[in-house]
Amino acid sequence: MKQLLEGSQAVAEAVRLCRPQVVAAYPITPQTHIIERLAQHVANGELAAEFINAESEFGAASIVLGAVTAGARAFTATASQGLLLMTEVLYNIAGLRLPVVMVCANRAVGAPINIFSDHQDSMSVRDAGWIQLYVESNQEAADSLIQAYRIAEACELPVMVCMDGFLLTHTFEPVALPTQAMVDDYLPAFQFARTLNPDRPMTLGGASEPDNFQEYRVDQHAAMENAQKVVETLDAEFAEQFGRRCGGLMQGYRLDDARTVLLGMGSLMGAVYDAVDQLRDQGQAAGALRLRCFRPFPAQALVQHLKDVQRIIVLEKALSPGAGGIVAAELRAALQQAGIMTPVESVIGGLGGRDLTPDVIEAVFQGIPDTEAGVTSRFAPDHITSASDEAERGEQSYG
Amino acid sequence: MDKRDPFRHNVLTSGHRACSGCGEAMAARMVTDLVGPDAIYVNATGCLQVFSSHNQQSAWQAPWVHSVFANAAAVASGVEAALRARGKETPVVVQAGDGGTFDIGLQCLSGMIERGHNVLFVCYDNEAYMNTGVQRSGSTPHAVRTSTSPPGLFSQGKQQLKKDVLSIMAAHHMPYAATATIAYFPDLKAKVEKAMGIRGPRFLQILSPCPLGWAHDSALSVTVARLAVETGLFPLVELEHGELTGVMRLAGQKPVDDYLRPQGRFKHLFTGKEGAVELRHIQALADARIRRYNLLEADTQWDTASALRCARHGRGGYVSSSLSVSQGVDNVL
Repeated sequence: MKQLLEGSQAVAEAVRLCRPQVVAAYPITPQTHIIERLAQHVANGELAAEFINAESEFGAASIVLGAVTAGARAFTATASQGLLLMTEVLYNIAGLRLPVVMVCANRAVGAPINIFSDHQDSMSVRDAGWIQLYVESNQEAADSLIQAYRIAEACELPVMVCMDGFLLTHTFEPVALPTQAMVDDYLPAFQFARTLNPDRPMTLGGASEPDNFQEYRVDQHAAMENAQKVVETLDAEFAEQFGRRCGGLMQGYRLDDARTVLLGMGSLMGAVYDAVDQLRDQGQAAGALRLRCFRPFPAQALVQHLKDVQRIIVLEKALSPGAGGIVAAELRAALQQAGIMTPVESVIGGLGGRDLTPDVIEAVFQGIPDTEAGVTSRFAPDHITSASDEAERGEQSYG
Repeated sequence: MDKRDPFRHNVLTSGHRACSGCGEAMAARMVTDLVGPDAIYVNATGCLQVFSSHNQQSAWQAPWVHSVFANAAAVASGVEAALRARGKETPVVVQAGDGGTFDIGLQCLSGMIERGHNVLFVCYDNEAYMNTGVQRSGSTPHAVRTSTSPPGLFSQGKQQLKKDVLSIMAAHHMPYAATATIAYFPDLKAKVEKAMGIRGPRFLQILSPCPLGWAHDSALSVTVARLAVETGLFPLVELEHGELTGVMRLAGQKPVDDYLRPQGRFKHLFTGKEGAVELRHIQALADARIRRYNLLEADTQWDTASALRCARHGRGGYVSSSLSVSQGVDNVL
């Protein structure tokens, strides 16, 4: 039975069903509804977990790190500035190969300070060593969260479920929540082989030297590469048990005979599918590809999906200033490596919560440029912007 | 008795890479052996972590985890929360240097105490960033030469005072906070044992001389630590729930010169007029601490029983919490 749930509520319910024993977080918009609901569940006795109000996101990440080393399934959530404040610990969690799961309620990074959604925060920590799953809907947020624990614990790698702030976290959608029995069946009780235990003393996080540091990275990279298979397998297993899947590494939309394909991540894809439908109605062979798993980067699978396409557009909600689109650059490298020279158009849009409506996306498909964003990328056009809006924006101070 | 190695019974075993005369290694050996191997140790980045945890050459015979510099108290919070959730009673101990306590680790430490985690936090205080080459920290005392507070034409070393971290701890109303040194093992032992008998957050600041950073003979580490106490510069005190409940009193006051002269980090103070001014300043700081904690017999209103105890040990005696001490404290503070 489906319930009408805010994305935050849906994902919090999924967290509860995964039975974490330690939840630690620090408040930041637009993530707060997730931890508020979990705090209430703990207060009501509906979730048997220690709820730790951290003194910062840096502390929250460190608390879940410690909790996992001491044998507990753990959860945290953050966004934006909070994620960046966690950065040092995120690398550390990944380097220690700890199966931590967190939600990033994707939000722009200041300055100027902005609470609305884009992907700059999680994209900025793409090299931290976390698996990153970008979800499209509230249903997928909840389902991906459950899968995330399976993936993390199978691979001894941390998983970040990235869901668009406000667009998902604060938006109500019908969501089917699984029963506790179903989740218990899919997700076994927490086991961590390197749990700190006086009966079997172990040193975690010791110093390393040039003679072996690189081997740790070789192993970590191999584990990340292997996680591609795990993401696919566990999504398929999830589909068998729950009757729906999340898209594995990526999900195509009307790809079969598509000549132009737009690739994107997260909640913007709903509008992309609408635009594809409109273009199809106009007789254009448009299609879409939603990249769900950005880390590990599924280069080969992307190439398989895109090798016969004539025109590739990547629309992304993050920017590497001075370079351009991040996903686009990685896709270009993947295609080139496979000997495919199809140009990749890189379009940056939706920054700081700017709406990406179907007609904006249609314009992106039509190749209408707005502002040039360097040689390799362009910014999405903005149909909403009127002269008066521009004037108003010009008067705002950047704080 | 250690279950894992029939030949070694200490938690921090030999073969680690500490410098000769390392006060921190001595202090860590004392603390961890008192706590024992049936505990989980969380270490901040720093000398202790570096010299004890090299790959496949760990010196730890107890479960031990290091994450990053600033977060040891938060990691320990998570460890403790996990143990609580799993119904385990294993003690949790943090070990950090003064950088990981006074400066970069202070926020996580404050959070850990405020939330009331059942963790013993031990700060091995060697008064500078020794691991990175003796840079000034918030714990570095006034006028000390470090590589980032060098004496020069316009400087007599560190210009600011040592942060009073114990008062910051006391302001959290934590169950137990105390100072100790490697020079008074019975005192340190009593404090570790007392701390381990108390639930909730506990804090120990252990003065741990660093022959390299303090530039003293490596045979003098214990002597220098003792002089820090005997001059009044490093009072040995205990606070419970923010109230002073124990003071190690001094049989007499030694001049701060006795403490400063063996240490190269104060060498610049013994040449020139400006140095002499700073020496008077340091003496005044010692005098103020003696007054604040009523360290000298002549000034005190402590009970005679504890005074006798001091005399019997031929040094400052360990004064545990007692009614008379609390009364004395009320008069002092």
